[in-house]
Amino acid sequence: MASTLAEKIIAAHVGRDVKPGEIVVTSIDAAALQDGTGPLALQQLEELGMVQAHITNKTVLFIDHAAPSPRKELSNAHMSLREFAAKTGVVLSEINEGVCHQRLVEAFVSPGDILIGADSHTCTSGALAAFSTGMGSTDVGIGIATGKTWLKVPETLLVEISGEFPRGVYAKDLILYLIGEIGADGATYMALEFTGSGASSMSMSERFTLANMAVEAGAKTGLFASDEKTRSWLEAHGRGEDYREIAADKDAAYARRVSIDSSSLEPMISAPHTVDNTRVISEVRGTKLNQVFIGTCTNGRIEDLRIAAEILKGRQRHPGTRLIVTPASRTVYIQAASEGLLEIFAAAGALVTGPGCGACVGVHGGILGDGEVCLATQNRNFQGRMGNAEAFIYLGSPATAAASAITGEITDPREFLK
Amino acid sequence: MILKGKAWKFGDSISTDHIAPGRYFHLRTNLPELAKHVLEDANPDFAAQMSAGDFVVAGRNFGLGSSREHAPRIIKLAGAGSVLASSFARIFFRNSINVGLPVLEVDTSGIDQGDELEVDLEAGTVRNLTKDKTLTFAPLPPVMVKILGDGGLVEHFKKYGDFHLEQGD
Repeated sequence: MASTLAEKIIAAHVGRDVKPGEIVVTSIDAAALQDGTGPLALQQLEELGMVQAHITNKTVLFIDHAAPSPRKELSNAHMSLREFAAKTGVVLSEINEGVCHQRLVEAFVSPGDILIGADSHTCTSGALAAFSTGMGSTDVGIGIATGKTWLKVPETLLVEISGEFPRGVYAKDLILYLIGEIGADGATYMALEFTGSGASSMSMSERFTLANMAVEAGAKTGLFASDEKTRSWLEAHGRGEDYREIAADKDAAYARRVSIDSSSLEPMISAPHTVDNTRVISEVRGTKLNQVFIGTCTNGRIEDLRIAAEILKGRQRHPGTRLIVTPASRTVYIQAASEGLLEIFAAAGALVTGPGCGACVGVHGGILGDGEVCLATQNRNFQGRMGNAEAFIYLGSPATAAASAITGEITDPREFLK
Repeated sequence: MILKGKAWKFGDSISTDHIAPGRYFHLRTNLPELAKHVLEDANPDFAAQMSAGDFVVAGRNFGLGSSREHAPRIIKLAGAGSVLASSFARIFFRNSINVGLPVLEVDTSGIDQGDELEVDLEAGTVRNLTKDKTLTFAPLPPVMVKILGDGGLVEHFKKYGDFHLEQGD
């Protein structure tokens, strides 16, 4: 039977062909919890008398959402994760390591894997041709203890990408455009599969940005076939032996197809308070900003920081606009430091923080004031997302964020890239 | 099972940030406290004024966003009998079943704030007693009926010690 990427990966785990809509109980290869969802998962396992881990080397407990801890309640929650890791031998990712999704693609997830994570952006690893999906604490806790989960085999929406990005337009603009087109529930219960010449020519960093935001269209995961770029990524992170070639069959059946020509895109913005409230940048340019935030699992990679630094080098942030830069992981932080990027940011008036999720999820490290407006490179702009329901969040690319930090208002990055 | 209560009406795109705001992240290990803030940013009166058994009634894509299972847990803990929405986001829907909160996909456009509702989970009907109208909803997938019937995924595991879900089980 001709299979989509999602069907192929699930079928390989259950040992038979599968079709969309069918319920399977499947083995998993990797599981992840973070400090917001982990304590509840571990509490469920205690209640079940199942304080155990089926897979230890690819079960990872991340302390990233409140790292380092800003409150004693969270310090205590962190202790419960450390205790579980010590008892069971699973991997603990400490406060210095960075955002779970970035760490998962750097060090843990391989093509063909099934990863479940108690964090909705677990779909990021789909860019490595892994079926990776977000679930709740109980689902992931039980997955950790038993090595299994249940899944409904999803239908697949094929996103066919052609063309190359014009200068000043990036993967972030493409995914915002797509979500604006199909809506925040346009792919509910479906897998996205990115294909076409435009997908093949994308770097892994760009692919992670697309896969990361699959859930913002309601999707279960966002998949790319593996190729030489996947292999190079794994080799660069010391695990070339994990490479496997995984591609959809040519005549696989897709529930829907959407085509995007990258060369026709412009910088895009999501306006408050939903991700699918998208605008071409010219519609919102000039919006005054109190804060700009560059980082997160969506756009906190070295390539993102290079783009932002290219614009910010030798320039200053607007005096009325705070700028926070957060590398996604320790690895990214070290690389950015060695390339002199952190110095460029600091010289431009940015606060460079350690890696983590805090500002994006409204826990600490960048909470907005009443009526304040922020442009962020993250994946969500829901009311209250950055810790204050009275604030307003716009989403854009790292280039748009850097340009806007200089002018203090939403600015087309192409003005700085001539 | 018959559920009876009053409708609390919410709009479209109610996210998990509305249901369990990030600024209360530190209360995630204290669900009774977190439940006092449930849906606070969508309706500040809801948590304090709702009665046990009342329904959360919303529009499209309820529960979009984060995987935080705390969201359906605190709706249940606050005492809501069920969530009725025109559509749901996937992770929220699955989490609700796992924690034993009935979630019903039904056209909510004709339900107003304060309407008295009676939900028959087996028959698949919502009777709007205030408006004297009956709506029907599609039954849950069998796998979810099984988990919900057991009282959630933890109870399911207490009963069977494993997944007991696939066709033919």
